[in-house]
Amino acid sequence: MIEISNLFKQHGQQPLFNGLNLEVEKGSVVAVIGPSGSGKSTLLRCINGLEYFQKGCISVDGQKLYGVNEQSYNKAGEDYTVKNIRRRIGMVFQQFNLFPHMTVLNNITEAPVCVMGISRAEAEAVAISLLQKVHLEEKAQSYPAQLSGGEQQRVAIARALAMKPEAMLFDEPTSSLDPEMIEEVLLVVKDLVSEGMTTMIATHEMGFARDVSTHVIFLEKGNIVERGSPKKIFSNPKNKRTKMFLSRFMK
Amino acid sequence: MKHMNRKHFIIRTISILQICFFMMYFFMTDTFAYQDTLEKIKSSGVLTWGFDADGGAPYVFHDPKHPSKLIGFEVDIVEAIARELGVKVQNFQNEWDSILLSLQRGDFDIALNGIEITSDREQSVLFTRPYFVYAEQIVVRDSDNRIHRLDDLHGKKVGTLYNTVAKRMLEEMGDVAVSTYSGQVEPFKDLSLNRIDAVLVDLPIAFYYAAPNPQLRMVGEPVGEGYYGIAVRKEETALAEELNIIIEKILRSGELKKIYERWGVWNTSQEKLFLHEGLLQKYTESPPSISEKVPLRVTTFLPTLLKGALVTVGISILSMMLAVVLGLILAIMRLYGNKWLQRVSTAYIEFYRGTPLLIQLYILYYGLPNIGITLSAFIAAILGLGMNYAAYESEIYRAGIQAIPKGQTEAALSLCMSGRLILRRIILPQAFRIAIPPMTNDFIALFKDSSLVSVIAMVELTKSYSMLAAASMNFFQLGIITALLYFGMSYPLSIYARRLERKLKSYD
Repeated sequence: MIEISNLFKQHGQQPLFNGLNLEVEKGSVVAVIGPSGSGKSTLLRCINGLEYFQKGCISVDGQKLYGVNEQSYNKAGEDYTVKNIRRRIGMVFQQFNLFPHMTVLNNITEAPVCVMGISRAEAEAVAISLLQKVHLEEKAQSYPAQLSGGEQQRVAIARALAMKPEAMLFDEPTSSLDPEMIEEVLLVVKDLVSEGMTTMIATHEMGFARDVSTHVIFLEKGNIVERGSPKKIFSNPKNKRTKMFLSRFMK
Repeated sequence: MKHMNRKHFIIRTISILQICFFMMYFFMTDTFAYQDTLEKIKSSGVLTWGFDADGGAPYVFHDPKHPSKLIGFEVDIVEAIARELGVKVQNFQNEWDSILLSLQRGDFDIALNGIEITSDREQSVLFTRPYFVYAEQIVVRDSDNRIHRLDDLHGKKVGTLYNTVAKRMLEEMGDVAVSTYSGQVEPFKDLSLNRIDAVLVDLPIAFYYAAPNPQLRMVGEPVGEGYYGIAVRKEETALAEELNIIIEKILRSGELKKIYERWGVWNTSQEKLFLHEGLLQKYTESPPSISEKVPLRVTTFLPTLLKGALVTVGISILSMMLAVVLGLILAIMRLYGNKWLQRVSTAYIEFYRGTPLLIQLYILYYGLPNIGITLSAFIAAILGLGMNYAAYESEIYRAGIQAIPKGQTEAALSLCMSGRLILRRIILPQAFRIAIPPMTNDFIALFKDSSLVSVIAMVELTKSYSMLAAASMNFFQLGIITALLYFGMSYPLSIYARRLERKLKSYD
């Protein structure tokens, strides 16, 4: 469903991706692991059009996003493609990024009503059922600031799901949470995965990555150093770098 | 500049400390009253003369060829008086509205500046015998044939100078729409721009400004004759006597006539100056009907002040609305526009922040007609204030918008929202909350700055106050009442803004 081919990206003079290739099939769950600054977030953000890249192509369901230096790149076409991709892919951020001036309910209904143009009543019905799914239906009228971090992140997930995405990108969804709240968020993600949602998740939760993913990629300095099934990566990593990285986490 | 002085004056009046000084001053002048000013003038060799050169030609004004030099028929008179006294003249520029007040305070020895002798002024100062017989002259556009005499002014829009006998005459006619000006040039300018139908002013002014202008024409006989006198502090009888003798002398010697002829203000009416004794009796026994005493009663001044307050509120609200909308457009142009829109917005902001509001108002009202755009005073006031404050508002919005974390935009983008939608639904509501406290600040500042529009013939609260105060000489009580009116209007605004802020803050 998501196909990344020959991705080149540099920040200023600093190269990040050097011809990265990755394919994510429908229904698969890809865990992206690696040290900080390895490009996990940037990779997800490139897919969703929040970051530009110089060369290569990212294709989502046949919608092709080209690097700015590619021959096929044109600004207007790209803007249109990005919209199509964002309609298909939901994203959850490390910092939740809920809209602080709206209630939980309005955070969720905002895009369906204003972007998809469905009626408010219908959007609210969907929102309530999504809130039930993340076990927060009683917080519908609260403001984000009145929620804990874990609750906020669950609302953010419900907000992304309200757009009925075909795939979800999780950008370190638990990294800014207190330890006791990590579990409640991961449970929601787990539920979602079990329903067959195509998912990419950048995470430092190795246990979780091992339990829910179908594929794992280990990223370092923008390169996929190792890829494979969770079993293979976590039990028997081939690469020296992967071993060192995992040894620090799996104690 | 003149109006900045007045604004400062009000601020001063309400400050308690200054009030104490003020009272001390009064007591001091009372105590020292018996130390004769005439003695003082003679022993120091200096006669201090209070006037307002802003009032203009042909009384006292800056020589266009040598701007540092003062000329005018009154300059010549004062020089003659000083020569007779054997002393030198020291000039004291003072705003005309408060000239008698400054005289009482002891800022100068004599006030001589086209001050009409009226019975209400005689309550507070002592006048010498008249040195000039004035009359009111109607001036119209040369092309206008509707107006021939004073009665024709009924139902018309007529300009005059404020705190003058002419203004009171017009007001007593009942149905004349009176526009009051502080400078002598502006009413004639507005007359030629069709903003008003006629001007009624003292003859010398009409003669000096209207006669050389081919667009304007003086019509009818001068009406409402009255007298200019030299004002001294009430207890200075000796000085007044001395001045009377000098006026008599230069009148009989023909020097006064020569001065008037030189300035083109001599007419046969001036012969009446010779009827000294009889004349004095005439104007002290039965003062001209147009100069009835203005008693300071609530019923007299409150309606005027409230009317002024209404204008102030109207102008403030409308210009703030303009400032909010225009400021938002400027901020968005600067933040999201292309290079050219950004430059336009930046240039606008720098220009409006870097030049005085007063100059902007003058350009809008008196400058634009030169390129064919004639705005009414009300529109010019709203545009002037609104466009000025838009520059400040836009910077507040820009700061507010930039304070919103990038993550908000990214989250909205990932939800497929368009840039415009994000701005409207996500960024601006949050930025607005940040902007409320500085916006309240600006609105209150604008509210007070609205007093500046009196320079373009708008009569709002401050102007109403200064006119009432100048007419009744009651700067203190009226000043307190006016300040309270301002405060009574701005304080609820602060409370409301605080409440709004609290309400919007409820979500974090």
